[in-house]
Amino acid sequence: MSAETAAEHGAAAAHGAEAASSGGMPQLDFATFPNQIFWLVVALVVLYFILSRVALPRIGSVLAERTGTITNDIAAAETYKQQAAEAEAAYHKALDDARAAAAKVVEESRAEIQKELDVAIAKADAEIAARTAESEARIGEIRDSAAEAVTTVAKDTTKEILGVFGVKADARSVTSSVTARLKGGAA
Amino acid sequence: MAAEEHGEGLAFHPMDQFIVRPLFGEGDVGVFTITNATLWMALSVLAIALLFIVGTRGRAIIPTRVQSIAELAYGFIHKMVEDVAGKEALTFFPYIFTVFLFIVFSNFLGLLPMAFTPTSHIAVTAVLAIGVFLTVTIVGFAKNGAGFLSLFWVSSAPLPLRPILALIEIISYFVRPVSHSIRLAGNMMAGHAVIKVFAAFAPLVLISTIGIAVTPLSIVAITAMYGLEILVAFIQAYVFTILTCVYLKDALHPHH
Repeated sequence: MSAETAAEHGAAAAHGAEAASSGGMPQLDFATFPNQIFWLVVALVVLYFILSRVALPRIGSVLAERTGTITNDIAAAETYKQQAAEAEAAYHKALDDARAAAAKVVEESRAEIQKELDVAIAKADAEIAARTAESEARIGEIRDSAAEAVTTVAKDTTKEILGVFGVKADARSVTSSVTARLKGGAA
Repeated sequence: MAAEEHGEGLAFHPMDQFIVRPLFGEGDVGVFTITNATLWMALSVLAIALLFIVGTRGRAIIPTRVQSIAELAYGFIHKMVEDVAGKEALTFFPYIFTVFLFIVFSNFLGLLPMAFTPTSHIAVTAVLAIGVFLTVTIVGFAKNGAGFLSLFWVSSAPLPLRPILALIEIISYFVRPVSHSIRLAGNMMAGHAVIKVFAAFAPLVLISTIGIAVTPLSIVAITAMYGLEILVAFIQAYVFTILTCVYLKDALHPHH
Protein backbone atom coordinates (compact mmCIF):
# COMPACT_ATOMS: atom_id res chain seq x y z
CA MET A 1 0.00 0.00 0.00
CA SER A 2 2.79 2.30 0.87
CA ALA A 3 4.51 1.34 -2.34
CA GLU A 4 1.33 2.21 -4.19
CA THR A 5 1.13 5.52 -2.48
CA ALA A 6 4.74 6.19 -3.25
CA ALA A 7 4.17 5.25 -6.88
CA GLU A 8 1.15 7.56 -7.09
CA HIS A 9 3.11 10.26 -5.48
CA GLY A 10 5.95 9.64 -7.92
CA ALA A 11 3.64 9.63 -10.91
CA ALA A 12 2.05 12.85 -9.78
CA ALA A 13 5.39 14.52 -9.29
CA ALA A 14 6.70 13.24 -12.60
CA HIS A 15 4.03 15.23 -14.37
CA GLY A 16 5.19 18.32 -12.60
CA ALA A 17 7.81 20.38 -14.32
CA GLU A 18 11.48 19.70 -13.55
CA ALA A 19 10.93 16.56 -11.49
CA ALA A 20 14.36 16.76 -9.91
CA SER A 21 12.96 17.21 -6.44
CA SER A 22 12.36 14.14 -4.31
CA GLY A 23 9.43 11.95 -5.30
CA GLY A 24 9.56 12.69 -9.02
CA MET A 25 11.27 10.62 -11.65
CA PRO A 26 14.80 11.95 -12.02
CA GLN A 27 14.97 9.93 -15.23
CA LEU A 28 12.59 12.41 -16.81
CA ASP A 29 14.50 15.50 -15.71
CA PHE A 30 15.48 16.58 -19.17
CA ALA A 31 17.86 19.22 -17.82
CA THR A 32 20.35 16.47 -16.94
CA PHE A 33 20.13 14.77 -20.35
CA PRO A 34 22.87 16.72 -22.14
CA ASN A 35 25.21 16.10 -19.23
CA GLN A 36 24.53 12.35 -19.11
CA ILE A 37 24.72 11.98 -22.87
CA PHE A 38 27.99 13.92 -23.05
CA TRP A 39 29.68 11.85 -20.34
CA LEU A 40 28.25 8.62 -21.70
CA VAL A 41 29.72 9.33 -25.11
CA VAL A 42 33.05 10.20 -23.49
CA ALA A 43 32.97 6.97 -21.46
CA LEU A 44 32.04 4.84 -24.47
CA VAL A 45 34.69 6.37 -26.70
CA VAL A 46 37.37 5.90 -24.05
CA LEU A 47 36.19 2.36 -23.44
CA TYR A 48 36.11 1.60 -27.15
CA PHE A 49 39.69 2.74 -27.60
CA ILE A 50 40.90 0.91 -24.51
CA LEU A 51 39.30 -2.29 -25.73
CA SER A 52 39.91 -2.13 -29.46
CA ARG A 53 43.49 -0.80 -29.25
CA VAL A 54 44.86 -2.64 -26.23
CA ALA A 55 42.70 -5.25 -24.56
CA LEU A 56 41.09 -7.15 -27.43
CA PRO A 57 44.20 -7.58 -29.62
CA ARG A 58 46.09 -8.70 -26.53
CA ILE A 59 43.49 -11.27 -25.47
CA GLY A 60 43.00 -12.40 -29.07
CA SER A 61 46.73 -13.00 -29.48
CA VAL A 62 46.96 -14.78 -26.13
CA LEU A 63 44.08 -17.07 -27.08
CA ALA A 64 45.57 -17.74 -30.52
CA GLU A 65 48.96 -18.40 -28.98
CA ARG A 66 47.41 -20.77 -26.47
CA THR A 67 45.58 -22.66 -29.20
CA GLY A 68 48.83 -22.87 -31.13
CA THR A 69 50.73 -24.06 -28.08
CA ILE A 70 48.15 -26.70 -27.32
CA THR A 71 48.13 -27.92 -30.93
CA ASN A 72 51.92 -28.05 -30.97
CA ASP A 73 52.04 -29.82 -27.65
CA ILE A 74 49.55 -32.41 -28.82
CA ALA A 75 51.55 -32.92 -32.02
CA ALA A 76 54.76 -33.19 -30.00
CA ALA A 77 53.09 -35.66 -27.65
CA GLU A 78 52.02 -37.68 -30.70
CA THR A 79 55.59 -37.66 -31.98
CA TYR A 80 56.94 -38.73 -28.62
CA LYS A 81 54.39 -41.49 -28.45
CA GLN A 82 55.47 -42.65 -31.90
CA GLN A 83 59.09 -42.53 -30.82
CA ALA A 84 58.31 -44.46 -27.68
CA ALA A 85 56.54 -47.12 -29.74
CA GLU A 86 59.49 -47.28 -32.10
CA ALA A 87 61.92 -47.53 -29.22
CA GLU A 88 59.86 -50.31 -27.72
CA ALA A 89 59.79 -52.16 -31.05
CA ALA A 90 63.55 -51.69 -31.38
CA TYR A 91 64.04 -52.95 -27.84
CA HIS A 92 61.96 -56.04 -28.52
CA LYS A 93 63.81 -56.63 -31.78
CA ALA A 94 67.17 -56.27 -30.03
CA LEU A 95 65.97 -58.68 -27.35
CA ASP A 96 64.87 -61.21 -29.95
CA ASP A 97 68.13 -60.81 -31.86
CA ALA A 98 70.12 -61.28 -28.69
CA ARG A 99 68.11 -64.38 -27.86
CA ALA A 100 68.67 -65.77 -31.35
CA ALA A 101 72.39 -64.99 -31.19
CA ALA A 102 72.65 -66.62 -27.78
CA ALA A 103 70.83 -69.68 -29.04
CA LYS A 104 73.17 -69.83 -32.03
CA VAL A 105 76.25 -69.50 -29.82
CA VAL A 106 74.92 -72.25 -27.57
CA GLU A 107 74.25 -74.46 -30.57
CA GLU A 108 77.67 -73.80 -32.05
CA SER A 109 79.43 -74.46 -28.76
CA ARG A 110 77.46 -77.63 -28.32
CA ALA A 111 78.36 -78.77 -31.83
CA GLU A 112 82.01 -77.92 -31.27
CA ILE A 113 82.10 -79.69 -27.96
CA GLN A 114 80.39 -82.66 -29.56
CA LYS A 115 82.95 -82.68 -32.31
CA GLU A 116 85.83 -82.51 -29.86
CA LEU A 117 84.17 -85.16 -27.80
CA ASP A 118 83.78 -87.39 -30.84
CA VAL A 119 87.42 -86.92 -31.74
CA ALA A 120 88.49 -87.63 -28.17
CA ILE A 121 86.28 -90.71 -28.03
CA ALA A 122 87.62 -91.95 -31.34
CA LYS A 123 91.16 -91.35 -30.17
CA ALA A 124 90.49 -93.11 -26.91
CA ASP A 125 88.85 -95.99 -28.76
CA ALA A 126 91.87 -96.26 -31.06
CA GLU A 127 94.24 -96.22 -28.11
CA ILE A 128 92.22 -98.82 -26.33
CA ALA A 129 92.21 -100.96 -29.46
CA ALA A 130 95.96 -100.51 -29.81
CA ARG A 131 96.59 -101.41 -26.19
CA THR A 132 94.28 -104.38 -26.45
CA ALA A 133 96.12 -105.60 -29.52
CA GLU A 134 99.45 -105.09 -27.83
CA SER A 135 98.30 -106.92 -24.75
CA GLU A 136 96.89 -109.75 -26.82
CA ALA A 137 100.20 -109.98 -28.68
CA ARG A 138 102.06 -110.12 -25.44
CA ILE A 139 99.69 -112.67 -24.00
CA GLY A 140 100.14 -114.76 -27.17
CA GLU A 141 103.87 -114.40 -26.80
CA ILE A 142 103.76 -115.38 -23.16
CA ARG A 143 101.53 -118.33 -24.03
CA ASP A 144 103.89 -119.44 -26.84
CA SER A 145 106.94 -119.10 -24.66
CA ALA A 146 105.13 -120.99 -21.90
CA ALA A 147 104.31 -123.83 -24.31
CA GLU A 148 107.89 -123.87 -25.50
CA ALA A 149 109.10 -123.94 -21.92
CA VAL A 150 106.74 -126.83 -21.21
CA THR A 151 108.17 -128.73 -24.19
CA THR A 152 111.70 -128.05 -23.12
CA VAL A 153 110.96 -129.00 -19.54
CA ALA A 154 109.19 -132.15 -20.73
CA LYS A 155 112.19 -133.14 -22.93
CA ASP A 156 114.68 -132.39 -20.18
CA THR A 157 112.57 -134.23 -17.62
CA THR A 158 112.13 -137.17 -19.99
CA LYS A 159 115.95 -137.29 -20.59
CA GLU A 160 116.59 -137.11 -16.89
CA ILE A 161 114.06 -139.85 -16.16
CA LEU A 162 115.51 -142.00 -18.92
CA GLY A 163 118.97 -141.31 -17.56
CA VAL A 164 117.86 -142.43 -14.09
CA PHE A 165 116.46 -145.62 -15.60
CA GLY A 166 119.78 -146.09 -17.33
CA VAL A 167 118.59 -145.71 -20.77
CA LYS A 168 120.80 -143.76 -23.10
CA ALA A 169 118.39 -142.19 -25.43
CA ASP A 170 119.37 -140.10 -28.31
CA ALA A 171 118.07 -136.54 -28.23
CA ARG A 172 116.19 -136.80 -31.51
CA SER A 173 113.91 -139.63 -30.70
CA VAL A 174 113.13 -138.22 -27.28
CA THR A 175 112.21 -134.91 -28.73
CA SER A 176 109.91 -136.40 -31.36
CA SER A 177 108.22 -138.69 -28.92
CA VAL A 178 107.66 -135.93 -26.35
CA THR A 179 106.30 -133.66 -29.02
CA ALA A 180 103.95 -136.40 -30.18
CA ARG A 181 102.84 -137.04 -26.64
CA LEU A 182 102.30 -133.34 -25.97
CA LYS A 183 100.27 -133.06 -29.11
CA GLY A 184 98.30 -136.08 -28.23
CA GLY A 185 97.88 -134.84 -24.68
CA ALA A 186 96.83 -131.53 -25.97
CA ALA A 187 94.45 -133.19 -28.32
CA MET B 1 -3.62 4.32 4.86
CA ALA B 2 -0.78 2.46 6.49
CA ALA B 3 1.55 5.03 5.07
CA GLU B 4 -0.31 7.84 6.73
CA GLU B 5 -0.23 5.98 10.05
CA HIS B 6 3.52 6.09 10.33
CA GLY B 7 4.14 8.51 7.54
CA GLU B 8 5.77 11.04 9.82
CA GLY B 9 8.41 8.49 10.94
CA LEU B 10 9.31 6.68 7.72
CA ALA B 11 10.93 8.49 4.83
CA PHE B 12 10.02 7.16 1.40
CA HIS B 13 12.42 8.47 -1.19
CA PRO B 14 12.87 5.51 -3.53
CA MET B 15 13.69 7.73 -6.51
CA ASP B 16 16.23 9.99 -4.83
CA GLN B 17 19.01 7.54 -5.70
CA PHE B 18 18.50 8.37 -9.38
CA ILE B 19 18.94 12.13 -9.05
CA VAL B 20 21.81 13.46 -11.12
CA ARG B 21 23.60 16.11 -9.08
CA PRO B 22 26.92 17.90 -9.32
CA LEU B 23 29.69 16.08 -7.54
CA PHE B 24 31.41 19.28 -6.37
CA GLY B 25 29.26 22.03 -4.89
CA GLU B 26 25.70 22.90 -5.67
CA GLY B 27 24.11 24.41 -8.71
CA ASP B 28 22.69 23.43 -12.06
CA VAL B 29 23.79 20.42 -14.07
CA GLY B 30 25.44 21.77 -17.19
CA VAL B 31 26.67 19.73 -20.12
CA PHE B 32 30.24 19.43 -18.83
CA THR B 33 29.48 19.41 -15.09
CA ILE B 34 31.11 16.53 -13.29
CA THR B 35 28.18 14.73 -11.70
CA ASN B 36 27.58 11.50 -9.83
CA ALA B 37 26.67 10.02 -13.23
CA THR B 38 30.12 11.04 -14.49
CA LEU B 39 31.76 9.46 -11.46
CA TRP B 40 30.06 6.11 -11.80
CA MET B 41 30.59 5.94 -15.55
CA ALA B 42 34.25 6.71 -14.91
CA LEU B 43 34.38 3.98 -12.26
CA SER B 44 32.94 1.52 -14.76
CA VAL B 45 35.56 2.50 -17.32
CA LEU B 46 38.25 2.25 -14.66
CA ALA B 47 37.09 -1.18 -13.49
CA ILE B 48 37.02 -2.44 -17.09
CA ALA B 49 40.48 -1.00 -17.72
CA LEU B 50 41.75 -2.72 -14.56
CA LEU B 51 40.32 -6.04 -15.59
CA PHE B 52 41.27 -5.91 -19.25
CA ILE B 53 44.57 -4.05 -19.22
CA VAL B 54 46.12 -4.67 -15.82
CA GLY B 55 44.57 -8.12 -15.57
CA THR B 56 45.90 -9.29 -18.93
CA ARG B 57 49.30 -7.58 -18.52
CA GLY B 58 51.10 -10.90 -18.15
CA ARG B 59 49.77 -12.28 -21.50
CA ALA B 60 50.23 -15.64 -19.83
CA ILE B 61 49.66 -18.84 -21.77
CA ILE B 62 48.47 -20.29 -18.47
CA PRO B 63 46.28 -17.40 -17.31
CA THR B 64 46.04 -15.89 -13.87
CA ARG B 65 42.60 -15.74 -12.27
CA VAL B 66 41.95 -12.17 -13.37
CA GLN B 67 43.17 -12.90 -16.88
CA SER B 68 40.83 -15.91 -16.95
CA ILE B 69 37.88 -13.67 -16.18
CA ALA B 70 38.87 -11.26 -18.96
CA GLU B 71 39.29 -14.16 -21.39
CA LEU B 72 35.99 -15.65 -20.29
CA ALA B 73 34.17 -12.38 -21.01
CA TYR B 74 35.96 -12.08 -24.35
CA GLY B 75 35.06 -15.63 -25.32
CA PHE B 76 31.48 -15.26 -24.15
CA ILE B 77 30.70 -12.20 -26.28
CA HIS B 78 32.90 -13.30 -29.19
CA LYS B 79 30.97 -16.58 -29.40
CA MET B 80 27.65 -14.78 -29.02
CA VAL B 81 28.41 -12.40 -31.90
CA GLU B 82 29.65 -15.24 -34.08
CA ASP B 83 26.76 -17.59 -33.29
CA VAL B 84 23.94 -15.06 -33.49
CA ALA B 85 25.08 -12.59 -36.13
CA GLY B 86 27.54 -14.64 -38.15
CA LYS B 87 31.26 -14.49 -38.89
CA GLU B 88 31.22 -11.20 -40.80
CA ALA B 89 29.63 -9.50 -37.78
CA LEU B 90 32.90 -9.98 -35.90
CA THR B 91 33.99 -6.63 -37.35
CA PHE B 92 31.57 -5.14 -34.84
CA PHE B 93 32.82 -7.25 -31.97
CA PRO B 94 34.79 -4.40 -30.29
CA TYR B 95 31.72 -2.17 -30.44
CA ILE B 96 29.36 -4.82 -29.06
CA PHE B 97 31.88 -5.78 -26.41
CA THR B 98 32.21 -2.12 -25.37
CA VAL B 99 28.45 -1.82 -24.99
CA PHE B 100 28.17 -5.09 -23.08
CA LEU B 101 30.97 -4.28 -20.67
CA PHE B 102 29.71 -0.77 -20.03
CA ILE B 103 26.22 -2.05 -19.22
CA VAL B 104 27.33 -5.00 -17.12
CA PHE B 105 29.81 -2.94 -15.09
CA SER B 106 27.37 -0.05 -14.61
CA ASN B 107 24.71 -2.51 -13.48
CA PHE B 108 26.95 -4.27 -10.99
CA LEU B 109 28.67 -1.17 -9.63
CA GLY B 110 25.21 0.35 -9.26
CA LEU B 111 24.34 -2.45 -6.85
CA LEU B 112 26.87 -1.15 -4.33
CA PRO B 113 25.15 0.69 -1.49
CA MET B 114 25.02 4.46 -2.08
CA ALA B 115 26.00 3.93 -5.70
CA PHE B 116 24.50 5.60 -8.76
CA THR B 117 23.42 3.45 -11.69
CA PRO B 118 23.95 5.18 -15.04
CA THR B 119 22.04 2.44 -16.85
CA SER B 120 18.90 3.19 -14.83
CA HIS B 121 18.57 6.41 -16.81
CA ILE B 122 16.65 6.45 -20.03
CA ALA B 123 19.00 9.14 -21.33
CA VAL B 124 21.87 6.66 -21.15
CA THR B 125 20.09 3.58 -22.43
CA ALA B 126 18.43 5.58 -25.20
CA VAL B 127 21.82 6.73 -26.46
CA LEU B 128 23.05 3.14 -26.37
CA ALA B 129 19.93 1.87 -28.16
CA ILE B 130 19.94 4.66 -30.75
CA GLY B 131 23.62 3.96 -31.35
CA VAL B 132 22.76 0.33 -32.08
CA PHE B 133 19.76 1.35 -34.20
CA LEU B 134 21.80 3.77 -36.31
CA THR B 135 24.67 1.31 -36.68
CA VAL B 136 22.35 -1.47 -37.76
CA THR B 137 20.45 0.75 -40.20
CA ILE B 138 23.59 2.23 -41.76
CA VAL B 139 25.28 -1.17 -42.01
CA GLY B 140 22.11 -2.64 -43.49
CA PHE B 141 21.93 -0.06 -46.27
CA ALA B 142 25.69 0.00 -46.81
CA LYS B 143 25.91 -3.77 -47.21
CA ASN B 144 22.69 -4.46 -49.06
CA GLY B 145 21.70 -1.13 -50.61
CA ALA B 146 18.00 -1.00 -51.30
CA GLY B 147 17.94 -4.74 -50.75
CA PHE B 148 17.87 -3.99 -47.04
CA LEU B 149 14.24 -2.98 -47.51
CA SER B 150 13.42 -6.61 -48.22
CA LEU B 151 13.61 -6.98 -44.44
CA PHE B 152 10.16 -5.39 -44.41
CA TRP B 153 8.80 -7.29 -47.38
CA VAL B 154 7.89 -10.77 -46.14
CA SER B 155 8.20 -12.72 -49.39
CA SER B 156 7.02 -15.95 -47.78
CA ALA B 157 3.60 -14.44 -46.96
CA PRO B 158 0.66 -14.36 -49.43
CA LEU B 159 0.87 -11.33 -51.72
CA PRO B 160 -2.23 -9.46 -50.42
CA LEU B 161 -0.93 -9.67 -46.87
CA ARG B 162 2.51 -8.32 -47.68
CA PRO B 163 1.76 -4.57 -47.56
CA ILE B 164 0.08 -4.97 -44.18
CA LEU B 165 2.98 -7.05 -42.88
CA ALA B 166 5.40 -4.47 -44.29
CA LEU B 167 3.66 -1.77 -42.27
CA ILE B 168 3.85 -3.87 -39.13
CA GLU B 169 7.49 -4.70 -39.80
CA ILE B 170 8.37 -1.04 -40.29
CA ILE B 171 6.62 -0.04 -37.09
CA SER B 172 8.31 -2.83 -35.16
CA TYR B 173 11.65 -1.82 -36.65
CA PHE B 174 11.30 1.72 -35.37
CA VAL B 175 9.98 0.57 -31.99
CA ARG B 176 13.12 -1.49 -31.50
CA PRO B 177 15.29 1.25 -29.96
CA VAL B 178 12.41 2.24 -27.68
CA SER B 179 11.91 -1.24 -26.24
CA HIS B 180 15.66 -1.86 -26.32
CA SER B 181 16.36 1.16 -24.09
CA ILE B 182 13.29 1.12 -21.84
CA ARG B 183 13.77 -2.58 -21.06
CA LEU B 184 17.21 -1.94 -19.60
CA ALA B 185 16.49 1.35 -17.82
CA GLY B 186 13.15 0.08 -16.50
CA ASN B 187 14.62 -3.08 -15.08
CA MET B 188 17.47 -1.29 -13.36
CA MET B 189 15.24 1.46 -12.00
CA ALA B 190 12.44 -0.81 -10.77
CA GLY B 191 14.69 -3.15 -8.82
CA HIS B 192 16.61 -0.34 -7.16
CA ALA B 193 13.41 1.51 -6.30
CA VAL B 194 11.81 -1.61 -4.81
CA ILE B 195 14.87 -2.22 -2.64
CA LYS B 196 14.66 1.39 -1.46
CA VAL B 197 10.96 1.00 -0.64
CA PHE B 198 11.66 -2.11 1.43
CA ALA B 199 14.59 -0.34 3.05
CA ALA B 200 12.26 2.47 4.10
CA PHE B 201 10.23 -0.04 6.11
CA ALA B 202 13.27 -1.40 7.94
CA PRO B 203 13.47 1.26 10.70
CA LEU B 204 9.79 0.72 11.60
CA VAL B 205 10.79 -1.20 14.74
CA LEU B 206 12.08 2.08 16.17
CA ILE B 207 8.71 3.74 15.71
CA SER B 208 5.99 1.18 16.20
CA THR B 209 5.47 -2.25 17.70
CA ILE B 210 4.31 -3.55 14.32
CA GLY B 211 7.93 -3.13 13.39
CA ILE B 212 8.85 -6.30 15.29
CA ALA B 213 7.20 -8.22 12.44
CA VAL B 214 7.77 -5.77 9.60
CA THR B 215 11.47 -5.00 10.10
CA PRO B 216 12.76 -8.60 9.75
CA LEU B 217 10.41 -9.10 6.82
CA SER B 218 11.70 -6.03 5.06
CA ILE B 219 15.30 -7.06 5.66
CA VAL B 220 14.57 -10.51 4.19
CA ALA B 221 12.83 -8.81 1.29
CA ILE B 222 15.81 -6.51 0.68
CA THR B 223 18.14 -9.51 0.68
CA ALA B 224 15.91 -11.43 -1.72
CA MET B 225 15.52 -8.42 -4.03
CA TYR B 226 19.26 -7.87 -3.94
CA GLY B 227 19.84 -11.44 -5.07
CA LEU B 228 17.31 -10.98 -7.83
CA GLU B 229 18.95 -7.69 -8.81
CA ILE B 230 22.33 -9.40 -9.19
CA LEU B 231 20.65 -11.78 -11.60
CA VAL B 232 18.86 -8.95 -13.41
CA ALA B 233 22.05 -6.89 -13.65
CA PHE B 234 23.67 -9.62 -15.70
CA ILE B 235 20.60 -10.76 -17.61
CA GLN B 236 19.72 -7.26 -18.80
CA ALA B 237 23.26 -6.68 -20.06
CA TYR B 238 23.06 -10.05 -21.78
CA VAL B 239 19.66 -9.30 -23.29
CA PHE B 240 20.78 -5.90 -24.55
CA THR B 241 23.84 -7.45 -26.16
CA ILE B 242 22.12 -10.43 -27.73
CA LEU B 243 19.40 -8.16 -29.16
CA THR B 244 22.14 -6.02 -30.65
CA CYS B 245 23.52 -9.16 -32.28
CA VAL B 246 20.07 -10.14 -33.56
CA TYR B 247 19.54 -6.68 -35.07
CA LEU B 248 22.98 -6.83 -36.61
CA LYS B 249 22.14 -10.18 -38.16
CA ASP B 250 19.08 -8.56 -39.77
CA ALA B 251 21.32 -5.87 -41.21
CA LEU B 252 23.83 -8.34 -42.60
CA HIS B 253 21.28 -10.88 -43.84
CA PRO B 254 17.98 -9.03 -44.38
CA HIS B 255 16.32 -11.85 -46.29
CA HIS B 256 13.97 -13.85 -44.15
